Amino acid sequence: MRAGSKRKGASPLLALPALGLFAIFALVPMIVVVVLSFTYYNGISSPTFAGFANWSRFLHDSTTHHAIWLSLEIMVLSWLFQTPLALLLGVFVSGRQRYRSVLAAAYFVPLLFSAAAIAITWRNLLDPNFGLLANLTHRLHMSWFPTSWLGNPGLALYMMVFIISWQFIPFHMLLYQAGARQIPRSIYEAAEIDGAGRVRQFLHITLPLLRNTIVTSSVLILVGSLTYFDLVFIVTGGGPGFATRILPLDMYINGFERSDMGYASAISVVLVTAALALSLLLIRVTGFGRFRSTHEGA
Amino acid sequence: MRRLLHLNIPGALAGFVWLVIVALPVYWMVITSLRKQAGYLTADPIVPGRPTTAQYHRVIAVGFLSYLRNSAVVTFAVVSIVLVFALMASYAIVRGRGWIASGSFRLFLLGLAIPLQAAIIPIFFVVNKLHLYDTLPALIFPTAAFSIPISVLILVNFLRDVPTELFEAMKIDGASEWQMLWRLAAPLSRPALLTVGIFAALQAWNGFLFPLVLTQSSGTRVLPFALYDFQTQFGINVPAVLAAVVLTTLPVFALYLIGRRQLLGGLTAGFSR
Repeated sequence: MRAGSKRKGASPLLALPALGLFAIFALVPMIVVVVLSFTYYNGISSPTFAGFANWSRFLHDSTTHHAIWLSLEIMVLSWLFQTPLALLLGVFVSGRQRYRSVLAAAYFVPLLFSAAAIAITWRNLLDPNFGLLANLTHRLHMSWFPTSWLGNPGLALYMMVFIISWQFIPFHMLLYQAGARQIPRSIYEAAEIDGAGRVRQFLHITLPLLRNTIVTSSVLILVGSLTYFDLVFIVTGGGPGFATRILPLDMYINGFERSDMGYASAISVVLVTAALALSLLLIRVTGFGRFRSTHEGA
Repeated sequence: MRRLLHLNIPGALAGFVWLVIVALPVYWMVITSLRKQAGYLTADPIVPGRPTTAQYHRVIAVGFLSYLRNSAVVTFAVVSIVLVFALMASYAIVRGRGWIASGSFRLFLLGLAIPLQAAIIPIFFVVNKLHLYDTLPALIFPTAAFSIPISVLILVNFLRDVPTELFEAMKIDGASEWQMLWRLAAPLSRPALLTVGIFAALQAWNGFLFPLVLTQSSGTRVLPFALYDFQTQFGINVPAVLAAVVLTTLPVFALYLIGRRQLLGGLTAGFSR
């Protein structure tokens, strides 16, 4: 790269279109949102200065506090549910056996659906009267099994975690599959000769060598579930009551349904800050800046 | 080697359980979409009935094709913008020197961390100020903008591996940077461009939040938002709603059948999704 240092390199002007677009729709909004959080703004008339009103409401609004709590809960639950499953399944389909590649091809199918498609399918599938689940439990005489998952405030959040996992486990499985395939087989063969069984090989070879993948996938799950919106919005709309009203939903409802965009902006600032902090952690820990794509030349 | 050939019984069992969890909803969605509305409530949900495409006709009759066209326009525009802009920027970053090149790379890196869900209020504000609300460009520009950071990252990593000698040789032949960008860098980075293009296309095709917040009339409706709308419109005609779901997913499914590896590559490119 140093070779032609005498000559002028490519003009930095070439970066301008991308920079401009990115600045207008991603960077400027980051500044705008901070400003808006100090205003009253209903989305139609011009914003007016509000001082710290929105922020003081943020400190006292119990609905929002509940939403923060739910967001943390969904973050932890998502991680606890998705990580072991994605890890085990990903390592499983990293095997080259024919039946495993067939399974893998089926496992990745949820990735093809939009969040809206997944949400609408599950919403109908879980309908307490006519849905598949209610129908099946009725036919199998499993009356003890709850059918009103989305209508029950105690169960709805868990069902949301399950649906979110249904959507995202394939993605993380893909990461783990790629990671596990990079582990040299010779290591396993050596362990085999030493008489290590399958479980010990997994615990002492696979798991430690997948450390980076585990970190990457974990932070993606944590950041992703913090800012998660689409599925919950369509499936429950935050209900029943406030049972699934996570923070991004609380922001949306305040901003677009109650036309209180000033307050929604304050929530947005909190969300962006939290997500940025978590993501920067990702870049730090995993060296994402030196990112090499894992999917070429395979 | 021998060990790998042993059948992992507990693993295989768990693998089949997960297969059922993944496949059952998809199977149910497809067979239900082929039912009559009347048959839905009484039929055995697992056994397919006599298939009818009535619900598909119904979905098409309520404007599905115009939403499909909107989605296609948005997707095409987003992919074009992302490919051209990101390639130009990556070229400038890899081949250029000085603070603008390195600074803009760092900026895009930081941009990876901005979650679009959290930024939706100010984006709504900006789109309104630009008088783009309820137009297709209101969907195109933000979607493209949020796909650019990861695209630049992928392309920069790819272009860095191109031997400098190739550029030098072309330069000696009198080529300008602009010519080298399109005649050398672009053809060489075809695999990376494919990844980026698929990633951007999926973002545009499947995105729900931007359409929800930035459009409202049926003239600018795109498919994911149309699905949401069908749900309210058709109410309890579940087979029709699911027929719409199947229809919107068919193009991506076709892509999956043709180029599974490329599609999955495009998906993981969106690490930060």
